[in-house]
Order: sequence, then structure tokens, then C-alpha cells
Amino acid sequence: MDTKQQGFRLGLLRKITKGLPMALLAPFAAWGLAEVPLDPAPLKLNDQVALQRGAQTFVNYCLSCHSAAHMRYNRLTDLGLTEQQIKDNLLFAADKVGETMTVAMKPQDAKAWFGAPPPDLTVIARSRGADWLYTYMRGFYRDDSRPTGWNNLVYENVGMPHPLYELQGMQVLEAGKPAAGESHGDEGHAIKKLKLRQPGKLTPLEYDNLTADLVSYLVYMGEPARNFRIKLGIFVLFFLAVLFVSAYALKREYWKDVH
Amino acid sequence: MKRTSAVLAWVDQRFPLSATWKTHLSEYYAPKNFNFWYYFGSLALFVLVLQIVTGIFLTIHYKPDANLAFASVEYIMRDVSGGWLIRYLHSTGASMFFIVVYLHMFRGLMYGSYRKPRELVWLFGMGIYLCLMGEAFFGYLLPWGQMSYWGAQVIVNLFGAIPFVGPDLALWIRGDYVVSDATLNRFFAFHVIAMPLVLLGLVAVHLVALHEVGSNNPDGIEIKKHKDPKTGIPLDGIPFHPYYTVKDIVGVVVFLAVFSVIVFFAPEVGGYFLEHNNFIPADSLKTPPHIAPVWYFTPFYAMLRAVTYPLFGIDAKFWGVVIMGLAVLIFCALPWLDRGKVKSVRYRGPVFKAALALFVVSFLWLGYLGTEAPTPLTTTLSQILTAVYFAFFLLMPWYTKIDKTKPEPERVTG
Repeated sequence: MDTKQQGFRLGLLRKITKGLPMALLAPFAAWGLAEVPLDPAPLKLNDQVALQRGAQTFVNYCLSCHSAAHMRYNRLTDLGLTEQQIKDNLLFAADKVGETMTVAMKPQDAKAWFGAPPPDLTVIARSRGADWLYTYMRGFYRDDSRPTGWNNLVYENVGMPHPLYELQGMQVLEAGKPAAGESHGDEGHAIKKLKLRQPGKLTPLEYDNLTADLVSYLVYMGEPARNFRIKLGIFVLFFLAVLFVSAYALKREYWKDVH
Repeated sequence: MKRTSAVLAWVDQRFPLSATWKTHLSEYYAPKNFNFWYYFGSLALFVLVLQIVTGIFLTIHYKPDANLAFASVEYIMRDVSGGWLIRYLHSTGASMFFIVVYLHMFRGLMYGSYRKPRELVWLFGMGIYLCLMGEAFFGYLLPWGQMSYWGAQVIVNLFGAIPFVGPDLALWIRGDYVVSDATLNRFFAFHVIAMPLVLLGLVAVHLVALHEVGSNNPDGIEIKKHKDPKTGIPLDGIPFHPYYTVKDIVGVVVFLAVFSVIVFFAPEVGGYFLEHNNFIPADSLKTPPHIAPVWYFTPFYAMLRAVTYPLFGIDAKFWGVVIMGLAVLIFCALPWLDRGKVKSVRYRGPVFKAALALFVVSFLWLGYLGTEAPTPLTTTLSQILTAVYFAFFLLMPWYTKIDKTKPEPERVTG
């Protein structure tokens, strides 16, 4: 179960048990889940241009630290690219187009620099969910108390610095007041909000778009067979419908004489 | 034609081919009034074959090695032609196997299929169910994701709760102090050969026993009581082949449609068939905040967690394991717990109907609670539902006896 679902269930439970003693909810607090509503990711899984842009962002910004060790570069031909285009535009960290997306950074170094080795991202969209990734990539804010100078709304005290800082700009935390009717008393569940203090190269809308492309790419990379799977499924169901008609006719024919 | 029959005669002199065909198919007389609930037996057999065939193809590419297992599954999903389909068929098949078997068992409860003379059919069936649980448990470790790893860790640790021998037993099962490469290797062996062998043997005896005593039916009456005086064939019986073979083909096609909707459009089923956390490689140093078994084990998992009292100086965890084990095994006692005058729910009284309904509610609700992180509220609920679950069995001799039943018909209806 991903954090997204846990967060959702927690929210639901809060609503249901409003008025019950907080003690009932205490065990949930132990999970250390930040209660951040996730923004639904506007996925573009059938938009090859968006997926290509996402692949580009991924290769340029993520692949220096994060590997995608089960993803081969030449699989990107799925996105309408030729092997030559992949070689010329996306192949920086490997020699051959048939190789997988590994990184040169040693896990030991990564651990020393960030506190933990950056996780492999091949199937990250399948464990975290697209909405989590979309909110996470837009949730970085400046926090000087952190070693990297960055913190994240969705993933508190994350070891990762903001990789798209130059694009998004610098956000800061703005402590908001609890919304009406959402007060839970003493625990300080103030809704956290972010404010753009210093704009980056992209406007907020452009940045959201770039993130959506990136997350779409991550979803694609999590399961490259996805689009084909759905196409094949429609064909299979059509075939089964035809098979059903003949199987049912056969059964009716035989069962005519059973009374 | 002449040549074919000559070949058949040659074989029949050496092997009972025609006789076997007749006993189990063309001259096996099944009641003509099977309804919807009678599809699930043949569907279970269908899923078994599907799991074996897809399993063989997965074994060709899978690597049972702690350093390679996770990557080999992704290799199957990406680089093996059609590998994703084979893998999804197998993962969906695992959950669907349990759905089909649970419905098959519920059919037995409704129509009293466990009762005399079908006690052994029921017991062999329970053997299949136990084996299936083992098969699913061992198989779930193989993708070597976080849930695979920690699920196995939690379950094996349960054996550690047994007094005196527990810790050594857990160590012996794992082959190491934690779930590790040694555990993965042996679970692979159990999953691909040990369990399937036992499973196939049990399925064979389940069917042989069934064909010896004959199938029950929604009326819960014996069709063998009224036979054609000339031919000796039950008047309400029809040959399994071709009547039920053609009918079951329809069932398989409908089942495949449901199956395909899952495989092609929602293979994860919202994290219930394939858990999200299992796409994170196993990490022995990172315990996930919430460990839940796959949905088909959750009713029993909820009962395990519901036991919170230590007894006779032994840890509550041990008694939880005992309750969990009893919750599964108590099905075996059904043939001797039921004292009802009739078999089928159609002719039972209101008390049995209420008991059965409560039992189903408790099973499903416990299943839901087992997927959730425990809170004091859910623990209390689980305790009540566990009591309801066991009451269905333990009070059965009493309530089936006092229940006001309706008279059974002489011949099958509808």
C-alpha cells in the first residue's frame, strides 16, 4: 500500500471518527505520515511528445544520481524515437543503446553525500503512485535547517536536494491557519502551504507541465508494456465475446433434450 | 474409423482408457440441476492448469537468487517477449484461484456438500485448500519485493512463538537468522515442485472420491435413490460429458472475460493483487510501516491479531497462531458438526440461514480488517467477529438440530 492510500484512509477515518477520542487515532501518528493532500497528476500516457519531453527531463536531471537499472535506452523507441535519436540526445551515461540506465555514482559515495543511496527509479511510479510523484516534485521548499538546504512537503526531511531548482525557482513554507472545521486541537495540524519566493526559468504553469511530462514518463517506464497491454485487452475481450456466443449456442444445442 | 477402433482396442487391452473415460466423463452421471455455484469446481481446475503453465514459463526466466530475483522479474516484465502477460496471468491467477476456491467452498456450505457420504471429498478439498495457502505463501516471496520479504519474515516468525521449539523451528524454516537467499532458494523449491506435486495428487483423489459417491446438487438430495430400473442410471442424472463439459466451457469463457479485464486493464487491482510496496526491492534493514499479507490471507491475519491475551504464561502471539490455525482447520470438522435433517439451504430453517449469513459477514469483514493497520477499535471489532466466526462452527450441532426445516423433495427441482 502506498503512502497516498494510507493518507487517504487516514483522512477518511478522521472524518468518520470526528468526535471520538484522539486516542483512537494515536497509532496512526506512529506512521509519521505528513497529512498532505496529493494533487492528481495530469498523466499524458498516450502523448508521445510529452513522454519524449519527460524522458529528456529524466535523463538530464534524474539520471545523474538515480538509476533506472531495468530500463534499456533502446526501449525508448516505444516513444516514437529512433535509435539514432536516442544515441544523439539521451545517451550520456552509457555507451550502447541496448544498455540499461545505470549511474556511475557509487552507492557508498551516495550514502555519504545524501544519507542514503538514491533509489532506483525504474518502477518508482508503481510503488509511490503518480500523484505522489507529481506532488513531491512540486513540493520542495527552502529549509536552512537541512543539510542540503531543501525540504519537501510530501516527504519530510528528505535527503534529496531540489534537482529542478533552476526551473521552478525557490519556494518557501508559509504556515497557514487550519481551515474551518478541520481543527483537531493540540497537535498543530496547520495546513502547510508553499509560496514561490524567487521565480525560476519557468513559470509555475510551465513547471507543472514539465513535472506532468516527467511523471508520465516515470509511469511509462514503470511498465513499458502498459499501452500495448490495454490495446491487446480490448482485442482479447472482443474475441471472448465472439467465443461466448458460439460456446453458449453449443451449450443450448446440447441441453435442448434435458428436461 | 476401423483403424482407430483397432488402436483403441489395443490400448484398452493394456490400459483402461475407455473405462476411465466412461467412469469420469461420458458415463459419470451428474445431477441435471446444477446452478451458477457449480461452475467453480471446473474453474478451479482451469486456474490450476493456468498457474502451472504460466509458472513453467516464468521459471524459465526467473532467478531464485536474492541478488537477482527482483531484477529477473522486471526482466520478464520488459525484455522477455510476452513476459508481462505471463507474469500478470500468474499473479492474477493466484488471487483468482482463491476467489474461485472460496466460492467453491461456500457452495459446499450452502448445499451441505460436505455431509455423508461426501466427508472424504470435503477433507481432500481441505487438503487442497491448505496446500494452496502454502503454495501462495511460498510463491509470494519470489518477486523479492518489500512485501514479499517482510510478509515472509512476519509469518515465519509466527512459528517462533511456539513454546520451547519455536525459535529453532523458525530458524530451520528460514535456513538463516533472517529471511535471506537461503530462504528464497528453498521457498522456490517448495513453490515450483513440492507443493504442486502434493496439490495435483490431492486434486486427483478429490475427483476420484467425488466420482465414487456422486455429486451433490442444489437440492441436497441423492439422485442415486431413483434409478431407471432397466439401465440403472439415475433418473435425474445426465452424463457429465457432453452436457457439463459444454456448459463449463461457457463458464470458462465468462471467467476468462472477468480475468482479462483484470489482467489487461487493472493488473494491480488497486494494490490488492499486486501490492504497491512490492515494487520496492527487499531491504532487510528497512521495515515497512505497515505490513499486510495479500488479501486472501487477511481474514486469518485479522484473527491472529485479535488475540491479545497471554494465557498459561505463554505469549498472546502463540495463542493468536493457535486461533489462526484452528480457524482454517475447523472446516475439516464440518461433516461431524452438522446435525441438520436436510442438506441444502433451500430446505433449512431460518436459524441456519442467519448463521450462514453471519459467518459470511464475519469472514469478509475480518478480511477487510486484516488489510488495515490495527487500532484499538479494529482490534475489538476483530475480536467480536472472530467469536462470530467460531460460533458458526461450534454452535452448529445445536442450531442445526433445533432449526425448523422444510421437507426435501423426492426428485430434483429446477
